Amino acid sequence: MLRWLPEDVSTYGVHIDQMFHAIYIVTAITFVLVEVALIVFLIRYRHRPGRRAVYTHGNTALEIAWTIAPAVILVILGVVSNQWWNYIKASVPPTDFHVRVTAKQFNWEVLYPGPDGKFDTADDVKLDNDLTVPVHKVVRVTLKSRDVIHSFFLPNLRLKQDAVPGRDIDVWFEATKTGKYEMPCAELCGFGHSGMKGWLFVQSADEYQRWAVEKRVALADDAAPMLARAGGGVPGR
Amino acid sequence: MSQTKTAHEAQAHHEEPGFIRTYVFSTDHKMIGRQFLALGLTMMILGGALAFMIRWELAWPEGKMPQNPSAMTRIVASVFADADGNLPVPLTKWIPEPYMYGGIMGPEFYNALVTMHATIMVFFVVMPILVGCFGNFLIPLMIGTRDMAFPLLNMVSFWVAAVAGVIMLGGFFVEGGHAAAGWTSYAPLSAQAHFSGVDWGQNLWIISLIVLGISSLMGSINYITTVINMRAPGMTYFRMPLTIWSLFIVAILLLLALPVLTSALGMLLFDRTMGTSFFLPDRGGQPLLWQHLFWFFGHPEVYILILPAMGIASDVLATFSRKPIFGYKAMAYSMIAIAFLSWIVWGHHMFQSGMNPALGTTFMISTMVIAVPSAIKTFNWLGTLWGGNIRFASPMLYALAFVSMFVIGGLSGIYMASTPVDIFIHDTYFIVAHIHYVVFGGSIFGVFAAISYWFPKIFGRMMNETLNKIHFWITLVFFNWVFFPMHIIGVGGHMRRIYNPMQYEFLAPIQWWNEFITVGIICLALGQIFFVINFFWSLVAGKVAERNPWHANTLEWVAPSPPPHGNFDAIPTVHHGPYEYSLPDMQEDWLPQDRPLGRKAAMGHA
Repeated sequence: MLRWLPEDVSTYGVHIDQMFHAIYIVTAITFVLVEVALIVFLIRYRHRPGRRAVYTHGNTALEIAWTIAPAVILVILGVVSNQWWNYIKASVPPTDFHVRVTAKQFNWEVLYPGPDGKFDTADDVKLDNDLTVPVHKVVRVTLKSRDVIHSFFLPNLRLKQDAVPGRDIDVWFEATKTGKYEMPCAELCGFGHSGMKGWLFVQSADEYQRWAVEKRVALADDAAPMLARAGGGVPGR
Repeated sequence: MSQTKTAHEAQAHHEEPGFIRTYVFSTDHKMIGRQFLALGLTMMILGGALAFMIRWELAWPEGKMPQNPSAMTRIVASVFADADGNLPVPLTKWIPEPYMYGGIMGPEFYNALVTMHATIMVFFVVMPILVGCFGNFLIPLMIGTRDMAFPLLNMVSFWVAAVAGVIMLGGFFVEGGHAAAGWTSYAPLSAQAHFSGVDWGQNLWIISLIVLGISSLMGSINYITTVINMRAPGMTYFRMPLTIWSLFIVAILLLLALPVLTSALGMLLFDRTMGTSFFLPDRGGQPLLWQHLFWFFGHPEVYILILPAMGIASDVLATFSRKPIFGYKAMAYSMIAIAFLSWIVWGHHMFQSGMNPALGTTFMISTMVIAVPSAIKTFNWLGTLWGGNIRFASPMLYALAFVSMFVIGGLSGIYMASTPVDIFIHDTYFIVAHIHYVVFGGSIFGVFAAISYWFPKIFGRMMNETLNKIHFWITLVFFNWVFFPMHIIGVGGHMRRIYNPMQYEFLAPIQWWNEFITVGIICLALGQIFFVINFFWSLVAGKVAERNPWHANTLEWVAPSPPPHGNFDAIPTVHHGPYEYSLPDMQEDWLPQDRPLGRKAAMGHA
């Protein structure tokens, strides 16, 4: 089943995929055990002339066992999951690369700071539906929405986050491979929802540098002054 | 209690009421149950038709023939392609513009289909059948009383639901089309007409659900009062069949959850029509407030849909295994646990909503915990089968399908409970697969189990076993054909509620599955014809049913089939629990609840 996952090109995607895999193994084993038991019982205890069912109302030891066993497994899954959840969603690692993505019916508006490295100045650069970032660099994205709720989805980077009008929501990712990746909206946002998508271009450092100069976008290293709100520590590293 | 009983006994001896009081404005719980069944089954046909149109669009978007059609597409095209070689949705040429253009739909209409398929199936199919029909029909019969506590309120409850249905259907005929913001109707999309282009469709959707909420409220008050006050002598709480436990718990959930939805809907209607801004951020409102209110109702609602099916499956499994249910008290307590926990898991629908990630942790833990009582129930169902003397009558087959499909739906829930995994699969077809394994694989198989099991009691005639078994196998096979691959395309990243998957390059490798699924739904729909034929044929020409055709223990089988007004010849006295099957030292392998235990068996059975 997991071979259907889109290619993962992010630093944290592997943790999501491993978690997915772990749950896949746990659920697959449970599924097989339950369904096999079901089928075996159906065959073994099917009606036969002269058969009489066992008269029992249950077994307390069994009840306790099959309450505790799933509880323990689920708590373990929860604790492990939570570590990666916090790593991915609770805070943004320190970075000097910051873009704003504003969703509107039915486009992603991508805003880069201009050469001054600051947002909300005259030299900001606005691009529709194209997000270009350097590879191996933590990218901080501030999500906004102009109208309704949209959802910023990067399947290849294992990132999804709703963009909610009236709020600024920070997310981050770090791409590990250059290329062109689709950037659809994942939350029903109106009649043009289907087809609302952009592209994420992940470029090598040199390529990105050339692109940034050409578009008059702040170079990543120059953007340092606007780094006032870099996030906290990185668990698991 | 004795006073109520006398009142009902007096009522039982009234002369027969006329046609209108018997079939239309009846206060008899059994007729009201039948009316809810008719409402639910009729709406199921409509909800299914909407699903069919959704699937057609996903397999062959905009009716276009793919450039290199697969073998499946070529077969379908050989039947359904039009003169230009296009593949319009069959039988929809009559739907006018601007909804459909000669059988080819626009995106606005697609969004309305998605919204209304879910709305109808949740609110007008599963709830009316499992809660409305079987709640009404079974509660008085299974607890051994002559009618509901408030028969008139019961009648009003049905007719208010019918009005809600008419209002909901009216939405299809207003300008701008029906509600198209998803069945969850997330604000602000649903809160301002200019965001979605839908004006009165969304308003009618809101009004209909407010009206339906009033109906459910009346029903739940009735159910709760009846179960608490009108149980037959000897029917203690822990002698109630698990079906009654489930319906009792569901009634409490409805009583508490529906008002939350109703208030949220009222706020939404005010935002749309009166200039308030509860959910509109540009005037100080909070879009996430809608989600919190909706899911605070919505998650208990999911259990409202599944708990009755759990209760029904428990009764059917015990009857046809000829065995006491394994762990009766564990079954009852696990349903109570589910009901309590269902109030504190709503945030798992909102992990990616922008809600504080710390809350994600909280809701993940509560969600993991709610999986435990479901696991307990599954193991107890297996325990019930163990050592049984299993008869494969059609109700049993449906109940077994319920158990094995619910297992898949329950296990797939663990993926989205895990917050990091949910980042990827949220809003994809993985969620669609999960909800359908729970609500179709679970609730709808529960519906089929219940209808085939109680048909003799409801209508006094047996259903045809052969037709039911054909229907069962087709439904089981094609249900899995249709919904299992949705896990796969969900893993591939296929978003929900998209009109045309071919607009995305990363979905191209899995578009094949969309065709596969749609071919399956054609077969699934055709298979339902066997059930429809069986239903109507058995209604008029089925074998006349005896009182207790399945040799079951619960009290409804003590009454005649169908029970007359007032149900019982004399109110039964209950001597033991509902699952005394295959008692040792007895000739028969069942012992109805109104018959005392033999002296030997009574030892150790208080």
